Parts: sequence; structure tokens; C-alpha cells
Amino acid sequence: MTGYIYKTDASNSQDIEAYLQAHQHKSLLRFITCGSVDDGKSTLIGRLLYESKMIFEDQLEQLSADSKTKGTQNGNIDFALLLDGLAAEREQGITIDVAYRFFSTDKRKFIVADTPGHEQYTRNMVTGASTADLAVILVDVCKGVLTQTRRHSYLVKLVGVKNIVLAVNKMDLVDYDQEAFEKISSGYRAFAKEIGIEEFSAVPISATNGENITKCSEKTSWYSGPSILEILENVNLEQSKAQEDAFCMPVQWVNRPNSDFRGFAGKIVSGSLVPGDKVSILPSGKITAVSKIVSFEGPKNKAFSGQSVTLTLKDQVDCSRGQMITAAENFLQVADQFETTMIWLDEEALMPGRSYYLKIGPQLVTAVVSEPKYEINVNSLEHIAAKTFKLNSIGVATVTVDRAVPFAPYHKNRELGGFILIDQVTNSTVGAGLIKFALRRSQNIHWQELDVDRENRAKIKNQKPRVAWLTGLSGSGKTTIANAVEKKLANMGRHTFFLDGDNMRHGLNKDLGFTDADRIENIRRVGEVAKLMTDAGLIVIAAFISPFRAERRMVREMIKPGEFIEVFIDTPLSIAEARDVKGLYAKARSGELKNFTGIDSPYEKPHCPEIRIDTTRIDIEEAAEKIIKILLKT
Amino acid sequence: MLTHLERLESEAIHIMREVVAEANKPVMLYSVGKDSAVMLHLAKKAFYPEVPPFPLLHVDTNWKFRDMYKLRNEVANDAAMDLIVYQNPEAKEKNINPFEHGALHTHMWKTEGLKQALDLYKFDVAFGGARRDEEKSRAKERVFSFRNKQHRWDPKSQRPELWSLYNALKSKGESIRVFPLSNWTELDIWQYIYLEGIKIVPLYFSAYRPTVERDGLIIMVDDDRIPLMKNEKPIFRTIRFRTLGCYPLTGALVSKAKNIPEVIKETLLTASSERQGRAIDLDPAGSMEMKKQQGYF
Repeated sequence: MTGYIYKTDASNSQDIEAYLQAHQHKSLLRFITCGSVDDGKSTLIGRLLYESKMIFEDQLEQLSADSKTKGTQNGNIDFALLLDGLAAEREQGITIDVAYRFFSTDKRKFIVADTPGHEQYTRNMVTGASTADLAVILVDVCKGVLTQTRRHSYLVKLVGVKNIVLAVNKMDLVDYDQEAFEKISSGYRAFAKEIGIEEFSAVPISATNGENITKCSEKTSWYSGPSILEILENVNLEQSKAQEDAFCMPVQWVNRPNSDFRGFAGKIVSGSLVPGDKVSILPSGKITAVSKIVSFEGPKNKAFSGQSVTLTLKDQVDCSRGQMITAAENFLQVADQFETTMIWLDEEALMPGRSYYLKIGPQLVTAVVSEPKYEINVNSLEHIAAKTFKLNSIGVATVTVDRAVPFAPYHKNRELGGFILIDQVTNSTVGAGLIKFALRRSQNIHWQELDVDRENRAKIKNQKPRVAWLTGLSGSGKTTIANAVEKKLANMGRHTFFLDGDNMRHGLNKDLGFTDADRIENIRRVGEVAKLMTDAGLIVIAAFISPFRAERRMVREMIKPGEFIEVFIDTPLSIAEARDVKGLYAKARSGELKNFTGIDSPYEKPHCPEIRIDTTRIDIEEAAEKIIKILLKT
Repeated sequence: MLTHLERLESEAIHIMREVVAEANKPVMLYSVGKDSAVMLHLAKKAFYPEVPPFPLLHVDTNWKFRDMYKLRNEVANDAAMDLIVYQNPEAKEKNINPFEHGALHTHMWKTEGLKQALDLYKFDVAFGGARRDEEKSRAKERVFSFRNKQHRWDPKSQRPELWSLYNALKSKGESIRVFPLSNWTELDIWQYIYLEGIKIVPLYFSAYRPTVERDGLIIMVDDDRIPLMKNEKPIFRTIRFRTLGCYPLTGALVSKAKNIPEVIKETLLTASSERQGRAIDLDPAGSMEMKKQQGYF
């Protein structure tokens, strides 16, 4: 079909007041379309927009003109041109990113996440699916269920989209043959069951000709089910299910305009609430009651799932951003270690053991991901052994966070069980995770209560525990300076310990090599040892190349605030290499030694170390004095 | 069950609160148009009973409609919020204007003006009223749209946005533009203004106004700075505006719609997209994307 005529909503404009009345009460459905490159995704979306009068005359004219010159549909309307928004996409004829489209009917407003079909865009599909109530999976009747179809179905199921529509497209090419349709839908049913999709609707369509899109087609008289749009208009919304659960609202912001008012603002993620309801604050577990539901329009007598509200509480309880206000009887758990399914979103692979930021609801915490248990081959569903996750990988791994957080398993509630991981240096969103279950409930962790505590031990030694962390290139002078510092401190009667690569790697860390992952683990263990030593009241002098900022930060965060002193031994590579005391640079240059910092592995200089020692300007004595001065400062 | 407008409202409020909780120094870009009006109204709701804890910033070009300046001052006053009006001093000094300078006018006053104002006051997050249904490249922009130190947008390396989790972390000097109305359509905006009784510039409603024709657009003669041809007299027409910008660059519609239901009725019947009346968008395809990369909000 070539002749698209501009459509208007003239019928709706007759009685505008009635129209407004009706449209005020519409609900909102978010859905995602997925399918392989030529399955007709753009045509279907274009068709839906066109049929619901969302394409304006100027856009249609522009589109007809563009379709003739730049289109891929033999001069016929090419809806991809309307949808591809970025210059690079139009130039290369590909879709790069998730785009959101809007249309509405008398019953509902729709937001479509339009995502590209290529394999490398798992990231975009997952993003689009994360907010979708429904997924339309397109299959070309001539090609059948492809690897792409399987992958998309798996992802949609994984991300928790409850409603699935299988749109068997291009029925016009098989003369609307029932057998062809049945063959595909029964084939899909077998596969769907394998991945846990119990229910789906299959619809025979022709997006190009508009058959079974808005209303049931006469061409498929053998099909008695609804059209695509009828399904979209009538399907149950996820929101209505969350409504029945116990009340839960993560606190986003504390509203304190003056000393008399303290309101807790947030979006309700499940259940409902009336003033007077008993609530529990998590993780503390304190019980209080809701006093008022405050709003711009005046106090409200009810609030429910999906609304952004402000609450006041009966008692003065401690509650801040990231904590949770829930019904006293609720389904939430509090834990600091989880088994999760992760989707890796960044070009830079996961570094097990490295610290990342983790955002769950309004809460930002520090997290470490262990080495993956396995990766999932999305095409065959096999579990494969993996040391890391690369861009678009999906797999299972343990995540440990630095403090206990309230959560619910992802399958129970997406908002309470979904999180993102953020790189601490680049600030990029690098991964997404779905909590499966808690591995360690925080209620079970009881630190041994000691009568002799760290303050006590330090006091006996008449000193404050400290960690002087010397970082710098190999041959920069770390060990020499560290030795000088320890000698001077010993002469002053201080209790010290010198940790260096040799005494760590010959014992505790002898199982570790020099890959990036092993280096991180090496530093983590050193950090833990240093931490125990500070608990013992010692002054620790640690000398490690520790080339990555993230690792140094990880150690800094392990140690009590104020006790970690980063000392950058700043020696230029040329000088360190010229010294080459151990002959290592020569080996690295000849290729005999791999991953050598400064040669074929980077050194990330500290941005603001507590102390910087420029060895080209001051000698060992001066350097040691400078460090001791800061170490002994109280 | 929430209606579509209630869901959009709740989403916008959630976004605004995230910004206030995480930003060092947020600001709301206020352009006096209908989208700005809705955005400000939502901010009042989000932070009630507190006054929205950020100032309003109007990046002024000196060429807005007089009615817009009037409403701007009233609105800031009513809201009890600080209003910062910024005009690019270089554009002012060089007397950059829409008649002689074409695209340079928008670039200097709006793009450069915005960047200067954000740098001057060290705002790290700026709310903007842009919607994804307005334009193709907007449809692909994130709600939290990250900008580098030079305020540039890189459409190819946007942060994935899952669920309602927004990553607001950034390094020093970098900034974020945040669009709480991303998922609203033009019709949603009108319905919401109608339901909530939000005050908007009267130019959105039809009246008898003096006009001239320039490059196929009906331009309102809002003051005497518009150069008239010899013997040219402004013609009075019954017009209104679908979007508002610099008056010499904003095309009017011949219309009789005097109130919101009538405007909505016309919007449903209209044959052209919203940004068509803007001279700025008639440049080649991709121009909005280019402007945005340069720092236009």
C-alpha cells in the first residue's frame, strides 16, 4: 500500500467537553516492540501512529518525499525514516538507540519503546523493557522464529514484562494462510514454555496493509481473537497488581521548610495508605504511624501505588533518603549480600572485586561484585563459565554492599529489586542487576563484642592508628622511603608495621598473579590486613604500586575516615626506568614481563593525595620527615 | 488506578525530587511558555509546603513578546522564587537581532547565553521543559541528559536509563540537563493546564492582533523594532500562537480558539506538527540535534 492519506481526529472534536471528560480518565500503557531487523517493527509502529492520527500532514509529506530518495521500501512509505531520530542513524540506515513514541486512543495513552533489533543492542532492549507493561514480539511468517526472536523473548521475560504478544507479520505474503500462522505460533509456544512464559497472545497481522492492527481483519476469518490495538487497550496493567501488596515507599527527600514540619517525600512502589496507618521504618525497624498525607491541594485521605506523595509521621523517628517507609507487616527484607542476575552495559568489562556504586531506589551504596557464577548464552540458554561480564553479557553473580539495604526480590517488585552499577571513576552506568535473593541477612551478622576495643589498644600504645599508603611506579623509591619512615617511628617508640609487596605476595597472596583482576584482589587483601592492624592500634606503612584509583579508593573506604593517608611517590617514568634496581623495566621493554605498570599497563596518578613526594626535588630524609609530620598529627 | 496524567505527574515529581536530593546547585530553565508553566506548577507540588528549592533562570534574548515578560515577572513573584534573567552581554553589545543575523541570533542569545549563565552561577543541573514528542532527536534523549565541560551532548554515549533509576553522578565542571516532561505530549500539556487551571500567556488564545507576513509566516508586530517595508501597514488578523519564542521568529496561526477546550479541539484537528511555526526548526534535518550538541537545551 502506497497511498497514505492524512487522517484527522475530526469525529472527536464534535463535543469537546465530552472528549476532555473521557480523556481525563484514560490509563497509560507502556510497551516495547522487538523483532529482527526486517520483521516490520518500524512499519508496525508507524502504522499504529498513523491509525491513531499521530502523524501530522507536514510530517507525512516530508516522509513521502524522504521515502522516495532515502527509503529502503522501493519508494513506498518507509516509517523507519520517521522514527530514526539521529543524524548518524539516517545516514547509515540503522537504529542506534531506544526511542520513545506516543499515541493514544479513546481508552488509553501509549508509550512505545522502540528498540533496535541487532544483537549488539541488548543494552537498549533491556532499558526499553525495564519500564514496559507489555511486549510485542514480531515474527516474519516467512522466516519463522529466529535466534533473535528467542533472545528478545528471553530478555523480556527476564526483565519481568508480564504480557507478551506474538505478532506474526507479513501474513499478506502467505495469502493469510491459517496453517502458516499456526505453525509459527505452536513453535513459539514450545520455546516460550522452556523459558517460563506461560501465556501469550498470538495475532496474525500485516503491518503494511493494516490487517488486524486496529480492528479484526476480514482476510483472517479463521482468527477469532482480538487485534493488536484491542489487546493494547484491554490488557491488565502491572500497576494494578502492586496495588494489592503491603504499603512501601522509599524516602527520596526530607522536606523541612521550617523546624515545625518534617515531611518524607517519595513515590509509593506498592500498596496503599490512609492517615493513622502503622508503619515501620527500614532498615531500623522503628514503628510509628502516619500522621498526614500532605499535598499542594490540601491533606489527602488516601494514597496508593504509583503516586508521588509527602507524608508526616506521628513520632520523631530517624528517617532519611534511601530508607523505606512500609506497612508494619510487609514483605521487605534487609541484607548486604545478594545473588543477582546482571546485565552488563559498558564497553569496559566487569572487574570482580573492584568497588562500584550501586543505586537501588534512592539509595547509593558501594558494592563489590564477585567473580560470576556463570554467564547465560541467551541464544541456547546454556550456562557457561565466565571470569567477567562483557558488554551485553547476562549472567549470575554475588553482589556485596557496604551496608544493609531494604529490598524485595525483583520478581516480586521491579522498583524494589532492580539496581544499577556505576563506575566510580567515569560515573557511567555500567551494569543493571536484578536481585534474586539475599545470601546473608544482615540480622544474622553479629560482630563479636569486644571488651578491649580499638581505641583501647591504640591508647595503650600511646598513638593513633594510621595507614600511610605509598603509591607510585616500580623503582619510584617507595620501599626506601617506607623503610626510612618506619625506622624513624621506631626510634620515637611508636608501634609500626611495614606491609610491602614482598611480604604479602610470598605468603597471604601467593595464589595471585599479575592480571588486572588479581592485582585488585591483592590490594583488597592488603587493605583488609591494614584494617585489622589499625584495629590492633598500629601505624601501618604500606608500599604498593597500586596503579588504579578505584583500588586505592577501595582501601580508603575500608579504613576508618581520617586514618588513611595517601602518599604519592612522584617519580617520572624516565627516572624510575633509569634506576631499574631490579632490572624489571628492561624485561618489560623486551616483552619478557607482561602487564608492567608504566610500560604496557597504565598508572593512574592520584588526583589529590594527602601527601605528594616529588623525588626529583627532595631526598629520602626530607620525604620521611614530611610523611611522619602528617602521620603523627592528631 | 492512576490515570495517564496522574502517572505523568507522579513521574515528573519523582524526577524533580531526585535532582534536588542529588544536585549541588540546581536551577529551573523558565522560558515563559506553556511547558515551562506546567513544569513550574509540578515543582510547586513536588516540594510543597516548601517553596521549590532552586531559582528560575530565564535566558532572555531581548526579543520575546511583551506579554511574556509581563507574565514572567508575575509568576516568579507569585511563586516566591528567585528569578534570574540572563542576557548574553556580547550579543547585547553587538546588537545581535533576528532580522540581520538569522541563525546567529539563536546561537548567541540562547545557546551561548545559556552556557554563560550556567557557568557564571555554577549550576550543575538544569531542568528543561522539552518533550520527546517535539522532535526526532529529542525522542532519543534521556531524562537525565549528561553534558561535558563544554556543555556538549553526545547522543551516541548516553547513559542507559532503567526503571526509574537515574544516575546523577558527574565530575567537576560537567552538568546535567533534566527533562521532567519527557513523556508528555502536547495534548497532555493542554489537558493538564486545563485541569489544574495553570496561568499561561494570553498569546496562546486567539485575539485581534497586528501582523505582517515574512517568509510565509504570519508575524505579530509586537513593537516598533520590526522593520516595515515602504508603505507597508500591519494587517489585523485573528490569531494565536501554538508555541512562543522570539516574536519576529514565531509564526502565528489564524484561529478563533479563545479558550483551552477550543485550543484542544484545534490541536486535535490540526494538520501540522507543533514546531512547524518556528523558524529555528526549518533548517535542514538534524539541525536540532546539532544545536543540542552545541549546548542548546
